Amino acid sequence: MIAGILQYEFLQNAFLTGIIIGIIAPLLGVFIVVRRLSLIADALSHVTLAGIAASLYLEKNFMTFSGLNPMYMGMAFSVTGALFIEKLRAVYKHYQELAIPIILSGGIGLGAIFISLTDGLNTDIMGYLFGSVSAVSRIDLWTILIISILVITLVILLYKELFLLSFDEEHAKASGIAAKSVHFIFIIMVALVIAASMRIVGILLVSSLMTLPVAASIRIATGFKQTILFSILFGEISVLSGLSLSYYLDIAPGGTIVMIAVLILIITILMKKLTIKLK
Amino acid sequence: MKAQKKPIIELKQVSYRYDKENVLENINLSIEEGAFLGIVGPNGSGKSTMLKLILGLIKTQKGEIHLFGQDISRFKDWQKIGFVSQKANSFNTGFPATVFEVVASGLTKKLGLFKFLKKEHHQKVIQAIDSVGLHPFKNRNIGELSGGQQQRVFIARALVSDPKLLILDEPTVGVDAQNVQSFYQMLDSLNKDLGITLLLVTHDIGAISDKVTHVACLNKHLHFHGKTAEFEELKKDEMSDFYGHDIHILTHNHDHHHHGGTEQ
Repeated sequence: MIAGILQYEFLQNAFLTGIIIGIIAPLLGVFIVVRRLSLIADALSHVTLAGIAASLYLEKNFMTFSGLNPMYMGMAFSVTGALFIEKLRAVYKHYQELAIPIILSGGIGLGAIFISLTDGLNTDIMGYLFGSVSAVSRIDLWTILIISILVITLVILLYKELFLLSFDEEHAKASGIAAKSVHFIFIIMVALVIAASMRIVGILLVSSLMTLPVAASIRIATGFKQTILFSILFGEISVLSGLSLSYYLDIAPGGTIVMIAVLILIITILMKKLTIKLK
Repeated sequence: MKAQKKPIIELKQVSYRYDKENVLENINLSIEEGAFLGIVGPNGSGKSTMLKLILGLIKTQKGEIHLFGQDISRFKDWQKIGFVSQKANSFNTGFPATVFEVVASGLTKKLGLFKFLKKEHHQKVIQAIDSVGLHPFKNRNIGELSGGQQQRVFIARALVSDPKLLILDEPTVGVDAQNVQSFYQMLDSLNKDLGITLLLVTHDIGAISDKVTHVACLNKHLHFHGKTAEFEELKKDEMSDFYGHDIHILTHNHDHHHHGGTEQ
């Protein structure tokens, strides 16, 4: 496979993208999980699907949109969806979780309409749903690289604030830090990372790359930084081995990546049980 | 009132009402620098409303509040005031952070945006952890600690930004009876050794009466505000009226876990 990577550009693109999202998805995932926002990732990925389907529809039916990269519209939809979720959470103060199913079903509904209007479930759409080894272009790779640099820089710069917001939202607000702005930036980052990750893992499985490595890491890590470190490590293992398996077995990478992440999670749970017994 | 020392907090003629109901009426209160004031009162006596007013979380309706000699509407130095709420039983105990990390998060506002923890901040964090007696636990996940230890973590988090005044709201809720004593001893040493002014709100009179320097009894009105010794003399008869039924005031060699009246 090393030879393959050296030889084929599409494999280089896939693996480099995989390495990048193996870092940023679990990195944001840690904050998502501890803030109990896991379902937001699901909602946003379905909104991303609507954006991609809309882009494919426009591309097919209107000349002006030919050659438009669906990822961009996916990102635009994802970010818009994130803003809507925040708005809805403010409207339904006592039922904040309602915002998630509203946006999620809205996203699927819109996606279904655009998919039907275009071609139905063709291989293109399947690639977006479950990920693809061959679909990542150089331009995608560059876009994802820029997003990841932005996300990593922001997380490092706002680490203190993000930590406080995650650990104790009330205290964060009372202490006078710019909690609202930090949360806003965070949600936008999540929306972007979801849209960036969907090429490899697929819309339906993006959220699992943000949550499963974290779920495994929380079992064994001591401290928040270590939780982040292990999450990224598990994310990388899942993405790289998942992509390789996908290439050899000709299976959608979303499936192999997520199943390896599940396997890692099971191993950490068993390991923890074992160490408790041995004590 | 007491002119010899600078009052850190002063409430003058403060009243507050929610909808049609008066929660606080005509409260006059002053806390001097270095004092350890215990505010006692049954549930619904307006204790938490008063705290919210002092912390600036709700606006004054009637009367004046001065913090460090400044009118609360102009007061900006909130870092001088540390606040510890009844956190130990409400936060996410599964949160994957060490004691060190949680205490360090108390510096977030002080450091400001885009700044990182430096060596001197690390020392500050360690000092704060030491002063609440948690040194051996500094690298443990906070979820592994007992309720009382977790409450100490929150006190350390408040201490790390060098507050002059520490406000504690029912800090012993969720702390088991045998650890309450040592918890108060720790507060005592914060007050005596570090010179931090303490304001402690509780429904548990017996527990604090031999630790605090001043007592205030609140039930919409302020019924008593003065030195603890004076309070001792009148407490038995007056307190029953105040709480509306007989209460038992216990000294510290007794288990004082279940008394104090109307709670829960």
